[in-house]
Amino acid sequence: MSRVGAETVLNAALAGLLLVAPLTALGLGEPYYANLASRVAILALAGVGLNLALGQGGMISFGHAAFFGIGGYVAGISAQAAFNGAAVVSWPLEVMGSNVMPPIWAAAMLVAGLVAVAIGAISLRTSGVYFIMITLAFAQMIYYFAISWPAYGGEDGLSIYVRNGFPGLDTYDPLSFFLICYGCLMLALAFSWRIMGTRFGAALMCARMNPERLATVGIEPYPVKLTAFVISAMITGLAGALFADLNGFVSPSMLGWHTSGEIMVFVILGGVGRLFGPVAGAALYVLLEHVLGGLTEHWQLLLGLILLGVVLFARGGLVGMVTGSARHG
Amino acid sequence: MTLALLIEQLLNGLQFGVMLFLMAAGLTLVFGVMGLINLAHGSLYMAGAFVCATVAGIVGSFWVGLVAGVLAAAALGAVVEIGVMRRLYGRDHLDQVLATFALILIFSEGARMVFGAQPLWLDMPDALRGHVSLPGGATYPVFRLAIIAAGLAVAAGLFWLIRRTRLGMRIRAGESDREMIAALGVDIARLYTLVFALGAGLAGLAGAMVGVLQSVQIGMGEPVLILAFVTIVIGGIGSIRGALVGAVLVGVVDTMGRIFLPVLFGLVTDPASATSIGSSLSSMLIYLMMAAILAVRPRGLFPANV
Repeated sequence: MSRVGAETVLNAALAGLLLVAPLTALGLGEPYYANLASRVAILALAGVGLNLALGQGGMISFGHAAFFGIGGYVAGISAQAAFNGAAVVSWPLEVMGSNVMPPIWAAAMLVAGLVAVAIGAISLRTSGVYFIMITLAFAQMIYYFAISWPAYGGEDGLSIYVRNGFPGLDTYDPLSFFLICYGCLMLALAFSWRIMGTRFGAALMCARMNPERLATVGIEPYPVKLTAFVISAMITGLAGALFADLNGFVSPSMLGWHTSGEIMVFVILGGVGRLFGPVAGAALYVLLEHVLGGLTEHWQLLLGLILLGVVLFARGGLVGMVTGSARHG
Repeated sequence: MTLALLIEQLLNGLQFGVMLFLMAAGLTLVFGVMGLINLAHGSLYMAGAFVCATVAGIVGSFWVGLVAGVLAAAALGAVVEIGVMRRLYGRDHLDQVLATFALILIFSEGARMVFGAQPLWLDMPDALRGHVSLPGGATYPVFRLAIIAAGLAVAAGLFWLIRRTRLGMRIRAGESDREMIAALGVDIARLYTLVFALGAGLAGLAGAMVGVLQSVQIGMGEPVLILAFVTIVIGGIGSIRGALVGAVLVGVVDTMGRIFLPVLFGLVTDPASATSIGSSLSSMLIYLMMAAILAVRPRGLFPANV
């Protein structure tokens, strides 16, 4: 039990560090680092979503950029419509644009979830390497659609001229915005921790490890996996909506396959299937990006070498390295 | 809508398909024999194009550049196999995806350091300049026909290699039972390096030839790589025959869709929205086709080990 304890301590330390770092930075008058911490929280949130499908459900989705980008586009389109006083959808019922975060989040999660139902329903008919490539291909399909569909900016993307608001907070204040992102991240972590303790969580874990046995006890693996895939997509969609507000901009590159790869890197770097794995992974990734980017313009080369080293020599990711334990379950 | 346009677009689709086949063949061989997903295959394509453009620029001959590009890609493939891929065969697909994703970052940035950020241009060889006339009055560039011919020749050679030679026999044996052929005294490590270098050389060939038609630049391999993935998923991963059929299908459907879908929509709506709906839909067309094929046949048209 002491090893499980070590991971719990590490998780608490990560959660505390992510909260203290931007507060310290703001205290020293460095709002840039608070924005960097918001970026970590948002990317970690996207990773938490993917981790539910990839880590717990064993579904290696290489297309989560689709949901991340959809969340971003929902935020961008809604903000643009609210800015112009126009409707987002005029048929069958009129939906006006909103520039308030909670309804935008709900819409982002709803749309990402609906798309995930369609993608998941087809992709989960396959498994293994086919699943990886099909999720990749579907994400590319949405990427090309976003590029070629002129109404929402096409290749140029969409600008969010005024950052969406949150009742009672000034979202332009770096600390308030960070706290919103941090709150979402903590809620998602609590949710995914809670869900793994339920009957559904047990079924999902079993669907990854031994689908035949799950079917034998009378639970069909397919709907369990599809549900997890959809929830996973919704969390990543929420992260996308926040990311759009962070940058004030939505571009098709949020939907591109590099983004899918990066979300996957957060999860694997931190430790697949670990609750706080994506937090550790996203923090390390953003830190590396920042530090290496300051050293040389060819920082991607160094980043690639580090990633390659981690895959080849440090299995189990950061959380596994620190706690020194094999993944349980 | 004339016969000439139809034939011209069919040939364009075929040329695109043949080029995709050169990429897909390496991917599907490496997956079939070693069970490895290689995202960095597009980097080998880029390497072939860059070396071809650079050498052709120095020597002044496209043909020398072409040979150099193919050899460089194959050599790079062998180095990568020995240095990295070898450690990944026993790992799960997740590790392979991440490691080869890291290789893409390394190769893209490496190419930027070696060749610079500016795109390079390749001159068409004099022997393949000019056009031939097609039935219906149109003309077609000789170079594109040469790509089709080269691709089909490579396909025939590959089928011969795999079905009729000792090396091909070993490759097929490696697909079905690697322990057994190792026990029979075949140096399996060398066989794997050879297969990987062969696939890399084909990707380099595709890159060098396409470099004449479009600019040679960083990241040129990635869109092609994803289409090659679609191709082998449609064809059935591990099957060379599936890769050929899938590649031609993807090439022709994509090319024809881009030309004819806007025209088709023009029959029912006004020209402006026909263009935008048609072009959006055509950019999604091959993915929709893939979804439809997989809904009916989840393991592709020609399931592996054929």
